[in-house]
Amino acid sequence: MEWTAIVMQLFTGLSLGMLYVLLALGLSIIFGLLTVVNFAHGAMYMWGAFAGAATIAITGNFWLALVISPLVIGGYGLIIERGLIRPLYGRDINYPLLLTFGLQFIMIEIIRIFWGTSDQPFSAPASLSMPLEIFGVFYFPSYRLFLIGITVVICIVLWIFLEKTNLGLVIRAGTRDPLMVRALGIDMRRIWWLVFGIGSALAGIAGVLAAPIRSVFPEMGIAMLVECFVVVVVGGMGSLKGAILSGIIMGEASSITTLFYPQMADIVIFLVMAVVLLIRPSGLFGKAGLLE
Amino acid sequence: MIGRLTMKETGIGETFGLGNRELRVEKVGWWQRLVELVSRNPLVFIFIFFIIFPFVVPYKALATQIIIWGLFALGYNVCLGYTGMLSFGHAAYFGIGAYTAGIVLIRLWQNIWFSLLCGLLMGGITAFILGYLCIKRRGIYFAMLTLAFAQLLYFVGFQWVDLTGGDNGLRNIPAVPLSIFGLSINIYTPLRFYFFVLVFVASSLLAINRILQSPFGHVLQAVRENDQRAKSCGYETSNVRWMAFVISGAISGLAGGLYALYLHFVGIESLYWTTSGQVVMMTLLGGMGSFIGPFIGAGVFLYIEDTLSVITPNWMIFLGPVFVLCVLFFPAGIWGTIKDLSTRRRK
Repeated sequence: MEWTAIVMQLFTGLSLGMLYVLLALGLSIIFGLLTVVNFAHGAMYMWGAFAGAATIAITGNFWLALVISPLVIGGYGLIIERGLIRPLYGRDINYPLLLTFGLQFIMIEIIRIFWGTSDQPFSAPASLSMPLEIFGVFYFPSYRLFLIGITVVICIVLWIFLEKTNLGLVIRAGTRDPLMVRALGIDMRRIWWLVFGIGSALAGIAGVLAAPIRSVFPEMGIAMLVECFVVVVVGGMGSLKGAILSGIIMGEASSITTLFYPQMADIVIFLVMAVVLLIRPSGLFGKAGLLE
Repeated sequence: MIGRLTMKETGIGETFGLGNRELRVEKVGWWQRLVELVSRNPLVFIFIFFIIFPFVVPYKALATQIIIWGLFALGYNVCLGYTGMLSFGHAAYFGIGAYTAGIVLIRLWQNIWFSLLCGLLMGGITAFILGYLCIKRRGIYFAMLTLAFAQLLYFVGFQWVDLTGGDNGLRNIPAVPLSIFGLSINIYTPLRFYFFVLVFVASSLLAINRILQSPFGHVLQAVRENDQRAKSCGYETSNVRWMAFVISGAISGLAGGLYALYLHFVGIESLYWTTSGQVVMMTLLGGMGSFIGPFIGAGVFLYIEDTLSVITPNWMIFLGPVFVLCVLFFPAGIWGTIKDLSTRRRK
């Protein structure tokens, strides 16, 4: 096997890993603060892709889709938190799970009604469709390079937001001890609301970014959701560092397996998860005993 | 019982040293008495009801489907309702049970009892192995892990075409006659098959009832209510949960085996997350933590699906909101809400 093929596959794995990172980050910040596992995260990712497809169908502009889609999905997340999840705070921890689980069925069905069950066409913008030549040996698809670049930018922006702003400080404090934050006169419910919106917007942008390289269809979020659960469990629930590292590991694991033994490609990440769980039950960066 | 003794908040009692309350006898309606009677002797009523049941539904195959799914939901309920573990991966045990029963009938031995026994055992063994990995983590982790491992088995079933038929499903499961006491009976008429399934449902109900009333069953419920306290009473709670998970998986496997016999076919979607989703919905709709709830849930779910799927392929658009509303407003499910209404004190 050509070593260039391996490098190319590593690169493809990295771009897949970036999608995992975006989704896992959204799941993780929602979980870290609200202790809600958003089972509708995959469906939001799918809606993000369809919102992007709709924007492109109307305006023909990919960049516009990249802006509109996270805004729409983020706004949708705000509505969902306010209307459906907020009434469940204080109840058993399982109820938000069940609710978002039911919600994803509705979201999938709505798309099926309006778009049908078949794949939607979604191509990368013309400016990103040419492969980029490096050293005359590698031909990296420039869209995937763009995907990796934008994910890095998003991660940095998110990091600055969480570490350097006042709001980020409140969010981090709320993750540690919401009661204390509340005692200091901050309305935690508004923070939770906002964070759910941010998490949803991340799912939305992941959907648009994934659309040109993965097929767009109503059930596209299901497999992705499960894979992101795997990523989050391996990284350690609620840990952003863990989500990023584990997202990249899983993307690479799946991609490299595709090259050598394609039948195992869907399965390998679960095996990695089983191994990690046996060695480190709380994941790579997880705190033991968190919410158990 | 004619009435029920209730206390009412008044201001009068105070002067008589009765506190702020008044005793009075409240009239109880016939349906409240019925609900109370049913919830006291659920097994008797389930048996009576299910003997009449196939004659009142639109067609008998629906009745069979309802009790098979009801059995699956009953097994699931051991996990969710009685032990408090929210699993999103019960398709794994149902599907494994179905495939095992089918494969045994096709390749190994054409004996219905043996194939169902294998389905039950494989469901339990799978739950034993996956349970080892999932039980370590509780709550949210548990829900995510069970879903992930079920998805793993789905992919395995999908890829292992030689054994499972992959995407095409496991076809041509032989319609073997049932052998009992040296007799050979054809069970493949709708009504006979219904009662054949009912035998298994009834035995499972009795078995679960026995388990729940045993000391072990009480520990299960203690674990659900307060894990730490159960632990400090000296019970190894993770082992208790693991056992409950295995029982739950075994019953799901049995339901899967019956489903394979019923369809003469096992589709790959039996391992898919939608199957897990259906059983979660049925159990919650019906009401968890009771014997009757899962069957009501299965009945309501399948009846709605059956009626709506004639009109539209997007029937889920109706059931989804019903489920969401149920989580928001009626977390006790249909049966739980009926029970609450019948015992609620009148203001």
